[in-house]
Amino acid sequence: MNLTLHVWRQKNAADKGSWETYNAKDISPDMSFLEMLDVVNEGLEEGGTRPISFDHDCREGICGMCSMVINGRPHGPQKATTTCQLHMRSFKDGDSITIEPWRAKAFPVIQDLTVDRSSFDTIIQAGGYISIRTGSAPDANAIPVGKVDADKAMNAAECIGCGACVAACKNASAMLFVSAKVSHLAQLPQGQAERERRVLNMVATMDEAGFGNCTNTFECEAACPKEISVSNIALMNKDYLKAALTSGE
Amino acid sequence: MTIQSNVPSGPVAEAWDKHRFEMKLVNPANKRKHKLIVVGSGLAGASAAATLSELGYPVDCFCFQDSPRRAHSIAAQGGINAAKNYQNDGDSVYRLFYDTVKGGDFRSREANVHRLAQVSVDIIDQCAAQGVPFAREYGGNLANRSFGGAQVSRTFYARGQTGQQLLLGAYSALSKQIEAGAVTMHTRTEMLDLVIINGQARGIITRNLITGEIERHVADAVILATGGYGNVFYLSTNAKGCNVTATWRAAKKGAYFANPCYTQFHPTCIPVTGDHQSKLTLMSESLRNDGRVWVPKEAGDKRPANDIPEAERDYYLERKYPAFGNLVPRDIASRSAKEMCDAGRGVGETGLAVYLDFADAISRLGEDTIRARYGNLFDMYNRITGENPYKVPMRIFPACHYTMGGLWVDYNLMSNVPGLHVLGEANFSDHGANRLGASALMQGLSDGYFVIPYTVGNYLATNDIEDLGTDHAAFDEAENAVREKMDTLLSINGDRSVESFHRELGRIMWDGCGLERTKESLETALTKIAALRDEFWKRVRVMGDGEGLNRSLEKAGQVADFLEFAEVMCHDALAREESCGGHFRGEFQTPEGEALRDDANFCHVAAWQFNGVGTEPTLHKEELSFDNVKLTTRSYK
Repeated sequence: MNLTLHVWRQKNAADKGSWETYNAKDISPDMSFLEMLDVVNEGLEEGGTRPISFDHDCREGICGMCSMVINGRPHGPQKATTTCQLHMRSFKDGDSITIEPWRAKAFPVIQDLTVDRSSFDTIIQAGGYISIRTGSAPDANAIPVGKVDADKAMNAAECIGCGACVAACKNASAMLFVSAKVSHLAQLPQGQAERERRVLNMVATMDEAGFGNCTNTFECEAACPKEISVSNIALMNKDYLKAALTSGE
Repeated sequence: MTIQSNVPSGPVAEAWDKHRFEMKLVNPANKRKHKLIVVGSGLAGASAAATLSELGYPVDCFCFQDSPRRAHSIAAQGGINAAKNYQNDGDSVYRLFYDTVKGGDFRSREANVHRLAQVSVDIIDQCAAQGVPFAREYGGNLANRSFGGAQVSRTFYARGQTGQQLLLGAYSALSKQIEAGAVTMHTRTEMLDLVIINGQARGIITRNLITGEIERHVADAVILATGGYGNVFYLSTNAKGCNVTATWRAAKKGAYFANPCYTQFHPTCIPVTGDHQSKLTLMSESLRNDGRVWVPKEAGDKRPANDIPEAERDYYLERKYPAFGNLVPRDIASRSAKEMCDAGRGVGETGLAVYLDFADAISRLGEDTIRARYGNLFDMYNRITGENPYKVPMRIFPACHYTMGGLWVDYNLMSNVPGLHVLGEANFSDHGANRLGASALMQGLSDGYFVIPYTVGNYLATNDIEDLGTDHAAFDEAENAVREKMDTLLSINGDRSVESFHRELGRIMWDGCGLERTKESLETALTKIAALRDEFWKRVRVMGDGEGLNRSLEKAGQVADFLEFAEVMCHDALAREESCGGHFRGEFQTPEGEALRDDANFCHVAAWQFNGVGTEPTLHKEELSFDNVKLTTRSYK
């Protein structure tokens, strides 16, 4: 099939950027979206044009590296699917497709579709862990965790940190990402000792990084390739309020 | 240079405890004076960087992705083994040790494997304490499953995303140390050379992938945890970014590359659909618990699967291996699939696939049960192929998945270059010729959390390490060489894309040094590799310049390294005139077509010394002795 691509091109962070149009010819429906871009890029290179820069790595939907807004939707039209797992059979011959980067103040564009998501790392560094030194752990079965709690924690822990939630949100809020980590650790007995300071520090760091606020439109949940639930945000808000009122820190 | 395993004397079960006592310690106050470099942030790298910094060493950690959480350890699905014996089903440290040595087809070092089995139990404790959400029973205890044909249930798991959860655990430990200022993290940074001064590994040259800056880093020891080289086949289940550059450039500086011919092909991957294919996706081999593998009896039978009557199907694994059937180990399942396709009985458009059929299981257990067991895998298959595996059989084909070879290391995980330590898939040490399922995660974390923190201290405490900076002449030399290589790549201005060279190399390696190798196929591959490499340096087209983000430049450097490394792989496969584990030489098989080991002549580690591009490398042998596990022949008949 043949497609028309409208792609955001931006040489570097300082460049203003612009839309460019490319033709993608003889695309097989069996190709993944990124393989389609590989083909387009080989063509661009042959013609002496700098290829479109995009982040990708595992190409099996788990590393969280790929990140592009396709026809206005982070990771494109297919529910619960990362860009790398999206296949061209989701499109029709003759379609026009717009491709742009995650757009958020806290995710500055590096080049084309590649953005800087280091603010996510900074948030995790502010408390997205249980402070335990290697070697100091008790026997694993000494801390029982009921199956229901373990499953809930796992549901939240499945977040791949891609940032689609931020890209989908009109406020560029990172609440779904942050709450997924807060909620994962808050639902485990191991996470209790630092529960209050964790949520306070992570939320403060999130605000400093320039992410917006949550206004409960749930676009984040709809865009999340791992279907992380907005109920995590509710849990985080509850924990935050409690910690803000009662924490001695 | 001779290679010494430095395995402690005495009984294998006491070796690690004895060694831990005998190793010298670094005074706590002195640890902050010994800066360490860790390259790679997967399970091995992140756990090592976190743990070493907890001990007080200043650590600089490097990864090429935008975050340490992206490393390809994240993609491991099945689980992690540990000899906890929580199920009371007869497991023990000794049994895990025994199974791993046997599974490795008697080509691993007993003492290393025993240590791995021993610390496996600590890994689970550590990860559970970090908050890794392992699967649990209703009573709150950890759940286990039997994996990869093991007779005991010793595999711990977190749904089908065990690698992800363990990596995020190590990443959280690393993040804690970054926040504390104890680890300096360098993301989007690629290691381009190793710097050796006075015979010791003392630093690295890197390129900042965003700014293009070439940087120098000095340290008292260098630790590589940069993964495997499966992408030498172009198509593999590895992430696109996985490459051999860090280990190969260390090899060019004198580190020996051990057993590069040991490559593992995973039987249940989704087949190739066309030339555009950029990677292969693995599906958990648990699918073989209920799926039946078959091909048509007649070569060239192109009817749709469901139109082929039962009598005209060949369930070849069940036929050839009645005892194990569809559950034979990975190497056997993979090789048999290739055999069928070579005989023209492959299915699908390309003929490079076999069926994995769930029709029997669905009629026996019902679709709901199958959905509960494999729903996520069936969905993934459907997303990629557009076919519904509840209605038509899946098509599967083997793909390179893991590489057992790697830089040679001694018992302390130190290479033959003093100060250069190598962890995880990047070293050769624990899996012999074949890795068992759920053992890769175990080894990565064992090396990083529980081995290197001890052994690197011993190295620092027992060696004179000169105080020097990045202005040393060796850094000038290494940086100049890196710049020169980049300039050359940028100046060729040819007419062929980097990707096309990688793809062609992949085909050469698949045909010549893939599932089955022969003297003839390897010699052909060697000729073709040399020719392709010559062409690369004449015709490759690399756009842009060295300033700023330049993906074709990064990739060109990596492909250039694969084009050199591939030769060592073939030399190793040629020299090893036997079949064992992930190395099957067509000339060395039993009349029934099974692997034929030659313990009299090849019970050794083959460590290769680089002698220059296109020049045959020198072989150094480390003889292996099996004092505990008796050498036997694997049989799955």
